[in-house]
Amino acid sequence: MNNIKDFILAPWPWYVAGPAIGLSVPLLLLLTGKRLGVSSSFHHLCAIPLGKSSIPFFRDHDWKKEAWNLFFVAGLAAGGYLAANFLSNQSYAFLPDGSLAASLASVGLPVKFDFSTAGGAVLLFGGGIFVGFGTRWANGCTSGHAITGLSNLEKSGLVAVIGFFVGGLAAAGVARLLAGL
Amino acid sequence: MPYILSLLVGTAFGILLTKSQVISWFKIQKMFFFKEPDLYLIIGSAVVVGAASLFLVRRFKLKTLDGKPAVIAPKPLNKGVFFGGILFGIGWFITGSCPGPIYALLGAGAPLALLTLAGALVGTFLYGLLKPKLPH
Repeated sequence: MNNIKDFILAPWPWYVAGPAIGLSVPLLLLLTGKRLGVSSSFHHLCAIPLGKSSIPFFRDHDWKKEAWNLFFVAGLAAGGYLAANFLSNQSYAFLPDGSLAASLASVGLPVKFDFSTAGGAVLLFGGGIFVGFGTRWANGCTSGHAITGLSNLEKSGLVAVIGFFVGGLAAAGVARLLAGL
Repeated sequence: MPYILSLLVGTAFGILLTKSQVISWFKIQKMFFFKEPDLYLIIGSAVVVGAASLFLVRRFKLKTLDGKPAVIAPKPLNKGVFFGGILFGIGWFITGSCPGPIYALLGAGAPLALLTLAGALVGTFLYGLLKPKLPH
């Protein structure tokens, strides 16, 4: 019994979490008829205040029809809260903050990194702009294109995932150069 | 009812993203710098299991809870999928978060993720402005 408890409280290995994440796709489909995805929530959230603007992307978007997606992402936050507070026996730093200024060392790179500084905050916000702009242009993110799209054998999912890694790996290469490695 | 079910599946998904540490910036860096295979294995096994289960859903012509055919309409392929994908990949590397983890991070006690979310909403607004001028 203690073994099970220890297993649940520790980080879950890929062979448990990965397949369970995959099962979320048919689960949501069968229960609600919906396609699992997250980044369209940005569109809905922007359309709430901008529904009467002159920008067609927001004016012509009926976010109320997609309100289920806002409940889904609210669930993501609830899940994060439950997992961190009731399903873990220690707290983890998920983003590098002051306490982990030498954080890239844990990744094998001798670079100091801290999102809680002014420069780090700008980086996080600026990176967020890429996330929002990119996922709307691509019409999906890791959930909608990679997990759901590839599971559904979609060409667009494959092209998107190639794009994600072209961008991410190129950025990692640039970061490596900037860090003088 | 669909709202409550969406909330519940979202909660399960959020627990999975958090307990697998997919929401960790460190795990994302280790993926892009090829320091550990975890993220590739998580995405890969999720796709294998997702594809197998959707195959069974099709094979047995399962219905959704409200009696409709359980099918997922494919997303259209256009240039934006690739170009936007590249931009998102850059943002994924910089922030260490894809959209799902942004929300899970907020619940898991990483308030800095509010900056990522604010940036993502600004990025969405900019996309809305520029959409007519972008290749699709």
